[in-house]
Amino acid sequence: MLSDITLGQYFPARSPVHQADPRLKICLTIFSIVLIFSAGNFFSLGLAVGYILLGMASSRTPLKLYLKSLKPVLFIIVFTGVLNIFYGTGEPLWQWGFIKITQNGLLNSLFVSIRIVALILASSVLTFTTSPTQLTDAIERLLKPLGKLGVPVHEFAMMMTIALRFVPLLLEETDKIMSAQKARGADMESGGLVQRIKALVPVLIPLFVSAFRRAFDLATAMESRCYHGGEGRTKMKQLHFGAVDWLVLLTAALALGGFVALNLAFPPSIVR
Amino acid sequence: MAFIEARGLRYRYEAEEGSHEVLHGVDLDIEAGEFVALLGHNGCGKSTMAKLLNGMYTPSGGTLTVDGISAADESRQLDLRRRVGLVLQNPDNQLVAGVVEEDVAFGPENLGVPPGEIRRRVDEALKAVDMYRYRTHAPHKLSGGQKQRVAIAGVIAMETQCIVLDEPTAMLDPRGRTEVMETIQKLNREKGITIVLITHYMDEAVQAGRVVVMDDGNILMDGPPRQVFSDVERLKRHGLDVPQATELVYRLKAAGIDLGGSPLSVEECIQLFRKRLV
Repeated sequence: MLSDITLGQYFPARSPVHQADPRLKICLTIFSIVLIFSAGNFFSLGLAVGYILLGMASSRTPLKLYLKSLKPVLFIIVFTGVLNIFYGTGEPLWQWGFIKITQNGLLNSLFVSIRIVALILASSVLTFTTSPTQLTDAIERLLKPLGKLGVPVHEFAMMMTIALRFVPLLLEETDKIMSAQKARGADMESGGLVQRIKALVPVLIPLFVSAFRRAFDLATAMESRCYHGGEGRTKMKQLHFGAVDWLVLLTAALALGGFVALNLAFPPSIVR
Repeated sequence: MAFIEARGLRYRYEAEEGSHEVLHGVDLDIEAGEFVALLGHNGCGKSTMAKLLNGMYTPSGGTLTVDGISAADESRQLDLRRRVGLVLQNPDNQLVAGVVEEDVAFGPENLGVPPGEIRRRVDEALKAVDMYRYRTHAPHKLSGGQKQRVAIAGVIAMETQCIVLDEPTAMLDPRGRTEVMETIQKLNREKGITIVLITHYMDEAVQAGRVVVMDDGNILMDGPPRQVFSDVERLKRHGLDVPQATELVYRLKAAGIDLGGSPLSVEECIQLFRKRLV
């Protein structure tokens, strides 16, 4: 049951977005988030959303997956949306006691909701089209300049890689230990919250013991394969900034140009 | 000079309760291209020996040289490790990356090999252990035998001259065990890689060219499998097993039925029976 969990949300497919350099994808995700937050009116916001939709459409990933990624944040979207309705200024359209709804409030609510949805979708494009390994690799390379300042970039990337490798293993092990404890009569499904947490102790202790044992083994294996930190290390897979990447970059530049123009040409849509 | 040369090799574990010596002066020569099985019951010092061979431990006394490199010289530790690869018992704990080919690339990457050359070595290593078509798979989706073969590929991608395997088949099912043994034999035969196989399975030890039996930090017996396993009584006295076929014939002999030989495999055993019956 636990081993069904897939790590990350990578959806393997062949699309220009999948082929694009992961470094570029990370940068563009940040770029889209900046666009979303600096959008002052519905027109520029529309363009930013359009840009994200373009990314979604060319990722050859089912729309259903994207909608699914919105599910966990549905509550936040509704909550902030509703809250914004009542905080508008100007002439009330409808009033009941001190509660009033204004046109400005409704527009604000819509604006904020679109922002959050766009935010989630933008990061989904990245995680659906980039495998965890590629992501780690790209982050390591993007943060490399920080290494000169003494930030242990390689070590962090190595930790990420190992975590990604061992999470499925430890999940499987948890499953096994839980079955073993159940077979010995452990009760994990009844009782109140405190009791259930207490019931997890006999699962966690063996899990930790085994994790430490694995860590010792792994350290031996890594050392015996000549691991000695990031110094003098090469990489088999080199990232190439190819034709697809230039094309993607071009679309980003176009989007940025249009965005700035729209942002300046129209008055701000939300007024506080 | 032999590829591996140990003279009066001692190793002591230092603990808070005091030190504990596990190797008491071992003399051992292993030539390049040999296939040696290292036997002995738990705590006899086999695993310590394995870790000394690739520089994970440094000798407490005596000398150990591998390909002319002294294991006591800490500045040459990496040189030693690139010559002698280590494969451990648990296949899950020794794979580092989340993709097979990237795991195999781990060793050469550490050595600073250029990317194109790594690619070539990784492909070659994966083909040598017959795992090439699984190169993009995640390790946790593979069987035990397959994972162990990936671990072996990770070692040969460093172009090591010797592989030390510490009970590589102990956690595998019979099929995985056969896969790993076939791979080891192939590497020894075709690539001339020196193999030191630590094992508890006598039918695996029989496949080696030479068997070294250790007992309580010393070398007890050393010779071709046929010679070592013919001394059933001595092995039994030290709490060690012999191959099943050898055991059967030995017991028959003790019961008064002498088949006139000491077979190592089931086939040989059948031959003996046939000779006797026909």
